[in-house]
Amino acid sequence: MANAAISVEHLSRRFGDFVAVDDVSFDVRQGEIFGFLGANGAGKSTTIRMLCGLLRPTSGTATVGGIDVSKDPEGVKLRIGYMSQKFSLYEALTVDQNIRFFGGIYGLEGPRYQERRRFALDMAGLVGRESTLTRDLAGGWRQRLALGCAILHQPPIVFLDEPTGGVDPVSRRQFWRLIDQLSQSGTTVLVTTHYLDEAEHCHRIAVMNAGKLAAIGTTTELKNVFADRPIVEIQAPNAVDAMRVLDSLPDIEKTSLFGTAVHAVARRRGLTPASVKAELEARGVRVTHTEQVEPSLEDVFLDVVERSAS
Amino acid sequence: MRKALAVGIKEFRQIRRDRRTLMILLFIPVFFLLLYGYALNFDIKHVRLAVEDRDYTPQSRRLVSAFVNSTYFDQVASVTTDAEVNALMDRDQIRAALIIPQGLGRDLTRGVPTAVEVLINGENSTTAATVLGYAQTIIASESAQYEMLGRARIPGGTTVVKLEPRVWYNPELRSTLFLVPGLLAYIAMITAVVSTALAVVREKERGTVEQVRMAPIGTLPFIVGKSLPYFVISFVAAIGVIVASMVLFDLPVRGSVALLLLSLGLFLSGALGMGLLISAIAESQQVAFQMALLSSFLPTIMLSGFIYPISSMPLALQVITYIVPARYFLVALRGVLLKGVGFAVIAPQLGALAIFATLVMLLAARKLKQEWA
Repeated sequence: MANAAISVEHLSRRFGDFVAVDDVSFDVRQGEIFGFLGANGAGKSTTIRMLCGLLRPTSGTATVGGIDVSKDPEGVKLRIGYMSQKFSLYEALTVDQNIRFFGGIYGLEGPRYQERRRFALDMAGLVGRESTLTRDLAGGWRQRLALGCAILHQPPIVFLDEPTGGVDPVSRRQFWRLIDQLSQSGTTVLVTTHYLDEAEHCHRIAVMNAGKLAAIGTTTELKNVFADRPIVEIQAPNAVDAMRVLDSLPDIEKTSLFGTAVHAVARRRGLTPASVKAELEARGVRVTHTEQVEPSLEDVFLDVVERSAS
Repeated sequence: MRKALAVGIKEFRQIRRDRRTLMILLFIPVFFLLLYGYALNFDIKHVRLAVEDRDYTPQSRRLVSAFVNSTYFDQVASVTTDAEVNALMDRDQIRAALIIPQGLGRDLTRGVPTAVEVLINGENSTTAATVLGYAQTIIASESAQYEMLGRARIPGGTTVVKLEPRVWYNPELRSTLFLVPGLLAYIAMITAVVSTALAVVREKERGTVEQVRMAPIGTLPFIVGKSLPYFVISFVAAIGVIVASMVLFDLPVRGSVALLLLSLGLFLSGALGMGLLISAIAESQQVAFQMALLSSFLPTIMLSGFIYPISSMPLALQVITYIVPARYFLVALRGVLLKGVGFAVIAPQLGALAIFATLVMLLAARKLKQEWA
C-alpha cells in the first residue's frame, strides 16, 4: 500500500520453540485508528514491540513510517510515540519535571519545547497543576499525561498498548476523544485493548489469536461473518437449561451467555426468534423473550477466536 | 550529550525527592565513619590494669604510680603470679598488666639497662595500639628522668628502662589512621555500587525503562546520565568522610589533593561501572542488592587489605585480590594521605583502577545493549 503508515509482511517472532507472532501481515493507513484485539498472550504486545524497534523479528518485514524496523530501529524511534498500560511516568517527579525529562530525551528545546509542553499540559487538563507530584494524580490524569509525554515530539505514528487499563469509564471516554483528535490531525494510531466497546472507536480492527491474525477489517466487515448466521437473543429464567437445550438443536451452531441473556448463533439464514422460542418451549424450557439481534463485537471476537482455534 | 544531561537532571530530581535515599547517600558515610572510627578507637582512658610487682622497691612503686597518675590506667588488682594475670585477662577484668621483674630497683640504682613487661589485651587492636603507646610514653619519660638524674649512664644512648611489649590475641596492630582509607573505600562502594545498581533496576521494576527505550536515546547517554548524579553524590560523600576524618581523627593529607581526587574519581568510576553492570544483569532490587553485596561489598572488606593483610592470605585468595579495585585504591590512598607520595609512586595503582573502570563500564554498556536489543 502506497500511503501505508505501517506495513507488516509475514512477520514472525519466536522465543525458543514458542511462536509468539506467526506470519502476520497487515497495513495501517495514515491517520487511521487501528485496533488490535486479542486475549492475553495472543501476540499483540510482541507485535507492537517489533514495530517499535525494541524486538527483532525472527522473520518477515515491517516498515513503520517508511523505515524498516530491522534495519533502522533507532530511526523508527524518532517517528513513533509509545505509551503502555503502565503509564510509565516517574512518580517521584512533578508533572512539569516529567514533561521536561521526556522533552529532553526526545531532544526538544527552546520555543518548540515550550509549545509542546503547553500542548501536553492542555491535553492532559493539567494546566495550573504543573508542580503536582505525578504519584498524587488520579488515574485518568496520569494516563493523559503519559499520552502527552509519549507524543511530545509529534510523532506521525503512535502505539498505545492497552492504554486504558485501570482507568474509570469517564476517563476512558475522554481518552478516546483525544485519540480521535489525534487521528483527525493525521496521526496514525495503533492501539491494543481488551475492551470490546473501545474497539468500536477504531476504523479497523485486527483480531489476534495464538500469534496469528484471525480476522481483520472494519467493525461492519467483521460483523459480516454473521451475515448468513442470524443471532437470536433468548431471555429465560433458567439460562443454563436454555443453553443446554439450544446446543442440542441441529439448527443452532453455538450458544454463549451475554449478561442474563443467551445468544444463539443459527447455522442457516431464516431461523426466526419465534421458531427458536417454540422449539425451546416444546422441550419444557420457559422463555420470557426472544429477538433477533445484531452481532456485537463480542460475538465477532468469540467467533473469530473459536474458528481460528479449530 | 544533551540527552544524557536530561537523564542526569531527572535522576537528580528523583533522588532529591527521595529524601531517604539522599540521606543514606550523604550521611551514612559520615555516620559509618563515626561508628567505626570511634568503636575501633574507644575506651582509651581508665584502662583496667593489674600490677605484678616482684621488685617492691621505691623505684618500682614509682613506676606504678606513674601509670596510675597518668589517668590512662586504673589499677584494679595487685597480683603476685603470672597465673593470676592470665585469669584476670581471660575474665576480661583487666585490659592490661604491668609486670615488674625482681631487681628493677637494683638495676636502676646501678645504671644497668633493665626491662618491664606490659601485657595488653589485643582483641581490639586500635585500643591495644593506643594503650601500648601510653605505656611506652610513660616508661620512656620515667626512664628519661633516671638518665637526667645521672643515676644511670648507658653507652649508646639507649633508655634505661626498656619496654618489651607483647600484645596478646592480635600481634599485628592497626590504628585509626590506617583504617580510614579502608573505610573510605568501603563507604564509596556502598554509595556508588548499591545506589547505582538499585537506580537502574528500579526503572526496570517500575517499567519506566520501557518508555525510555522507546525514545531515541542510546544506552550510553542513558547510562552516563543515570550514573552522573551518583558519581557527584558519592564524590561529595567521600570528601565528607575525608574532611570528617581530618577533623575527628587527625587524618593527615600529606600528598597532593589533586592526586587524592584523581584516585577517588578513578575508584568511584569503577564502582559505578560495577553498579551498572549489576543493574544490567539483575531483574529485581533484591537480587541487585545481593549481587552488589557479594561482588563489591565483601571483597572490599575482606580482600582489599582493609582488615586482613593480603600478604597473609592463602595464595588463591591473593590472586583474587588482584581484581578487587579497593586493593589498589587503598595503596594509593594510604600513599597519598599518610605517606605523601607523588604520582610516580602510585601510578601502577591508578593505572589498575583506570583499567578496571574502563573494562567494567564497557562490559556494562555491552550487557545493557544486549538486553535492550
